[in-house]
Amino acid sequence: MATILAVDDSNSMRQMVSFTLKQAGYEVMEAADGVEALELAKNNVFGLVISDVNMPRMDGITLIKQLRSMASYKFTPLLMLTTEAGPEKKREGKEAGATGWIVKPFNPDQLLATIKRVLA
Amino acid sequence: MGIDITQFHQIFFEESFEGLEAMESALLDLSRGSGNSELIHEIFRAAHSIKGGSGTFGFSAVSEFTHVMETLLDEMREGQREINESALNLLLESVDVVRGMLEAARDGGVLEADRVAATQSRLEAMLNGDDIVVQASSSMAGQQDIHKGWQIDFKPYPELMKTGNDPVLMFHELAEMGELKVVVDTSGIPSAAHFDPEECYLSWKLSLMGDVTEEQINEIFEWVDGDCDLTINPIAVEDSDQIAAAQVETGSHESCAVAQAERQPATDRQADEAAPNQGERRAVAESSIRVNITKIDELINMVGELVITQSMLGQVGSELENVDSSKLEKLRNGLVQLERNTRELQESVMRIRMFPISYSFNRFPRMVHDLSSQLGKKVELKISGEATELDKTVMEKISDPLVHLVRNALDHGIETPDARVAKGKPETGVVHLNAYHKGGNIIIEVSDDGGGLPADRILAKARQRALIADDEPLTREKTLDLIFEPGFTTAEELSDVSGRGVGMDVVRRNIRDLGGSIEVTSEQDKGSKFTVRLPLTLAILDGQLLSVGSETFIMPLISIVESLQLDCDLINTVAGQAEMYRLRDDYVPVVRLCKLFGIKPKSMSLQDGLLVVVEQDGMRIGLLVDELLGQQQVVIKSLETNFRRVEGLSGATILGDGTVALILDVGGLIAMSGRDPASGPPHKKEQAA
Repeated sequence: MATILAVDDSNSMRQMVSFTLKQAGYEVMEAADGVEALELAKNNVFGLVISDVNMPRMDGITLIKQLRSMASYKFTPLLMLTTEAGPEKKREGKEAGATGWIVKPFNPDQLLATIKRVLA
Repeated sequence: MGIDITQFHQIFFEESFEGLEAMESALLDLSRGSGNSELIHEIFRAAHSIKGGSGTFGFSAVSEFTHVMETLLDEMREGQREINESALNLLLESVDVVRGMLEAARDGGVLEADRVAATQSRLEAMLNGDDIVVQASSSMAGQQDIHKGWQIDFKPYPELMKTGNDPVLMFHELAEMGELKVVVDTSGIPSAAHFDPEECYLSWKLSLMGDVTEEQINEIFEWVDGDCDLTINPIAVEDSDQIAAAQVETGSHESCAVAQAERQPATDRQADEAAPNQGERRAVAESSIRVNITKIDELINMVGELVITQSMLGQVGSELENVDSSKLEKLRNGLVQLERNTRELQESVMRIRMFPISYSFNRFPRMVHDLSSQLGKKVELKISGEATELDKTVMEKISDPLVHLVRNALDHGIETPDARVAKGKPETGVVHLNAYHKGGNIIIEVSDDGGGLPADRILAKARQRALIADDEPLTREKTLDLIFEPGFTTAEELSDVSGRGVGMDVVRRNIRDLGGSIEVTSEQDKGSKFTVRLPLTLAILDGQLLSVGSETFIMPLISIVESLQLDCDLINTVAGQAEMYRLRDDYVPVVRLCKLFGIKPKSMSLQDGLLVVVEQDGMRIGLLVDELLGQQQVVIKSLETNFRRVEGLSGATILGDGTVALILDVGGLIAMSGRDPASGPPHKKEQAA
């Protein structure tokens, strides 16, 4: 099964996402911000990246832009975790190259259901 | 997949409280006028995380409240709103409210609903009354029109694949909702020469039969909105079968391979692989765990015993003779290693209880902020050495005295801005909290650059209260020490801030109870400095081993002033019995430990012994002992729990050779010497000065 990269500066969120995905049988790696995530992405192959938007050092939008520009992440699903359900944030995300978004708050079942849309 | 999210609550609370602290300190920095734009981002991020987490973990009230805060902060972050004092104060208040809500949620306590509502409405009012109800309402849309099925025409733009979306996976999802038939249209595929493998040339016609709302279908296609042409039309009950059948017939053969992919195998595989993972449930990494403190104390106790066993073995090992020398060598090497390991183990275990003093210092910025505005003073708080570690129990017990000292510094120390300017000092006063390690102690300093302690008023007050005789001359140092006497306050009138009946005597008593001491230095118009000295931990003690007869006693090193060979000429006997020793310009009562504890001494003659001068509360006594042995750290064992309270002793310990040694209590010895004329009256050192 695919390895998923979970990026969030909130430890509890990250653990919740990561735990939920592991329960479902995915391999999961974690990063606390965009810089860390980019570093991990360069040295690993992820089938899916789920990233928070508001983070110190490098935010989620920048991370997605950077990833999308890398050859190995050209087709990789990149999802944003966002509390803002407004259309601008979504457009901004899409323009950066995000595959989709998951609006917080969400529960573990919703998370799993949602990622099945982009991950075999 | 029933995952119990309450397992993340603990960590959510921990990080939220951390977030609130970060918000608080950043808000205080802002109110101090540092225009760093990163601060407001930091505050926003913290509020944002708490909002996200509280929503996810089911604390909707917190989420709702922080949403309002976040909106306000967002406007500040975007520069649409001025960051002024009243907004900052309201945000600080909001931090308190959120903290209260989280505490109530964590401990199952009572929520101050009124306060939450009041603060929330003030936040909302600040947002110009523009009610920010951007929630919900959308769920009502496609709710009613449930049809027999849906006809979906889906024509992705060529670059759809580059967004990371995959039509096949989306069809899998649709297939879970009902009976899905998929027909692919391959007419868009170009000739091989123009074919770009990264582009999508296919389009699909789907029919989905079942109890599905348009909303649900839209959700599946939500992320490709703008990357495709999509039409969704309801299928009437009668003609649904026909249409579906007709489309399948007209569709080309490739369709099945791509789109009718069964979803069943996928879910099976997931279920299979999920099962073995159940065992890993507990293995999820946690950066901190909560442990009951009694467990740690038991551990510390056991390690203490282990250290004793180790030193016993070490002693036996060093005394061994007439043994095969190579084996003896091995044994000794092993013992040396054991000693090293036990020492490290002991240090690590002790460290579990150690926390940086920042845990205690962190409350002060807020307190100083609130108090200074209440008092109409301008005060800057400097904190240094916050990483200095000390025992958790010591930290808990020192917090109140520190609060008292800081309050006093603000209330009595720092002058009003006008008074400061008149004295030619900067308008803003400085209160400095500092901590560092020195020897086996932690030193905490609370200093201010205020008016200093009024020595003359203290002296007058002390005379008025008959704490000292009218004509008694006092050094400045001694005078300042008077503020630690019970019932002493120089504040002209009791204010709301200090002078609530808890005086400096309580501060000193609390510090003494911890085995520490407090001193004050002060200079007129330059300020005052309180220096608190505390042991790092209550579990071990730096002791001086003393021998009296066949017994070994331990005296806390901190109490020892000096040790000296007795000169018989300097001993005076007062009132027939009490012996006083003339120590330079001072007289100290001599306490014979052998007499006090009924031990047969090695020699009755005074000059064979040593005088150990100890001090507490400014009172000194000289203890007559046979010999000074070594100094060592000892693990304190309570006498009360193992035996009963004994006057003059504060505890016991077990020495390397397995014998029990009693730890002397200086305060108790001084009290005993006062009652027992044979060992001399207690003696205030300043009286002899």
